[in-house]
Amino acid sequence: MERVTVVGASLAGLATVRALRAQEFEGRITLIGDERHEPYDRPPLSKEYLAGTVSEDDIGLTHSDDAELDVEWVIGQPASSLDTAGKSVELAGGFRIETDAVVVATGARARELPGDCPEGVHTLRTLDDARALRTELVPGARLVVIGAGFIGAEIASTAAGLGCEVDIVEAADVPLQRPLGAEMGAVCGRLHARNGARLHAGTGLAELVGETRVKAVRLTDGRELPADVVVVGIGAQPNTEWLAGSGLDLDGGVRTDEQGRTAVPEVLAVGDCAHSYRDYTAGWLRLEHWTNALQQPAAAVAALLGREHSAPAHHSVPYFWSDQYGHKIQFAGHRTADCTVQIEEGDPDSGDFLALYLDSEERPVGVLAIDRARPFGQWRRKLARSR
Amino acid sequence: MILVGELAGLPPGESVRVQGEVAIAVFNVDGELYAIDDTCSHQDASLSDGWLEGCAVECPLHAACFDLRTGQPSGPPAKKPVRTHAVSIEDGVIYVHESTRVTVGGAVAEEVG
Ligand SMILES: Cc1cc2nc3c(=O)[nH]c(=O)nc-3n(C[C@H](O)[C@H](O)[C@H](O)COP(=O)(O)OP(=O)(O)OC[C@H]3O[C@@H](n4cnc5c(N)ncnc54)[C@H](O)[C@@H]3O)c2cc1C
Ligand code: FES
Repeated sequence: MERVTVVGASLAGLATVRALRAQEFEGRITLIGDERHEPYDRPPLSKEYLAGTVSEDDIGLTHSDDAELDVEWVIGQPASSLDTAGKSVELAGGFRIETDAVVVATGARARELPGDCPEGVHTLRTLDDARALRTELVPGARLVVIGAGFIGAEIASTAAGLGCEVDIVEAADVPLQRPLGAEMGAVCGRLHARNGARLHAGTGLAELVGETRVKAVRLTDGRELPADVVVVGIGAQPNTEWLAGSGLDLDGGVRTDEQGRTAVPEVLAVGDCAHSYRDYTAGWLRLEHWTNALQQPAAAVAALLGREHSAPAHHSVPYFWSDQYGHKIQFAGHRTADCTVQIEEGDPDSGDFLALYLDSEERPVGVLAIDRARPFGQWRRKLARSR
Repeated sequence: MILVGELAGLPPGESVRVQGEVAIAVFNVDGELYAIDDTCSHQDASLSDGWLEGCAVECPLHAACFDLRTGQPSGPPAKKPVRTHAVSIEDGVIYVHESTRVTVGGAVAEEVG
């Protein structure tokens, strides 16, 4: 194998390139990214960067050692198709890159509301999105966040810290129900009220009010929330449209095995775009977790190069964190519908705690902690061992 | 010099946080003691809450690993090292000697204070 092309120049793409060189691939590497920026880290976009406490330089993912990676960068140009038979990637401009292997790391994008939106309505996925939102979050601005998922909740938290008036609208009765379940979702949801943001759960968005610029958000229960700024945080969808016709299975993301291999030899997928088999859950999952995007590439590259790869056991346990109102929320494992929650330490009503998710056989399969980083790290490793 | 406590109170595999000019994390790795700045160079995590793996500690938040001997991170997301500090034991009591920061032509050098 002489040529590897990596599509998507963010966390997973960069981790792939680094893993290729770390695993002694000496051939040509081409990295294609459609954003005009050097790779940057997304988690700060809803947190420190939005708050203005870190700069664009601070969130850059590349560092001086990366100059030695010897990569051909194609920046600011999307790949438009993949020819799996002829092994080439075509750029939107028509240019064709011949290659022996392709690693798809095109991530996900923010889900948008259907139709046209008035000005002042944002989503948050990219640095450009964050720049635009940041200028609008001035003290006293009335912000309505649609969707109380992790990113919506973080934006609400950051905006409240910036002195905005914050309302959050959540269609479900309890936020974060799918990842955390109703009980712990409610615990996290209470953080909003405690910190001066209003959570309106069990009511959906009926309409954005405003001609050229948004003025208010009308809810399905008839209420109208005045708004200067609206953020739509209703999830993300994988960037896989460019792979249509390639023969890859694109159901719910690029379907891969545990190592990131698709059904097509020498075509792999990693990070947020990959719908990968997970030993931990014995099923396919598309994760939108930073740690997955960072760690999955090393295994994928090893599979591509036919090398041995052994990662610490706890890397197989899905993990994400979220920072809200000065609290560190951490979750590892996977919650299933039949899980029950058991508080191991602390007290959810008064602040920091650690909770375990037990499956129907009372085995721990997930752990949630707020401001309990040390025991959380221990439990994350215990979960790996208990499989 | 910062008093950490009795050596017997910090068995192998354990860590403790003490307050110097900034918070400092002290680790016992199989009987060998190490001290580094407690706050991760990436963000606001306490490295004394991290996971010890050989001579390195893994940050409890985003898993950057720092070599306890040098303070250097071995990979993302941390890009900068943390300071290391000398540790001594006298009569079964642990002390940390906090390094001072000296700026030489923009670069930060270290000196045991
Ligand atoms: C605001 C925000 C906050 C977050 N906070 C957390 C957090 O606290 N904790 C956590 O665990 N995770 C968090 N995440 C998730 C984490 O950032 C993602 O899991 C991670 O960025 C995934 O990396 P990736 O490289 O797979 O995909 P992405 O980061 O989505 O990168 C994919 C790249 O590919 C590019 N691309 C797409 N299509 C093409 C194409 N056809 N051709 C070329 N390039 C293309 C995209 O523009 C993008 O640059 C957050 C995400 C966001 C947006
Ligand atoms: S805070 Fe330590 S790695 Fe992020």
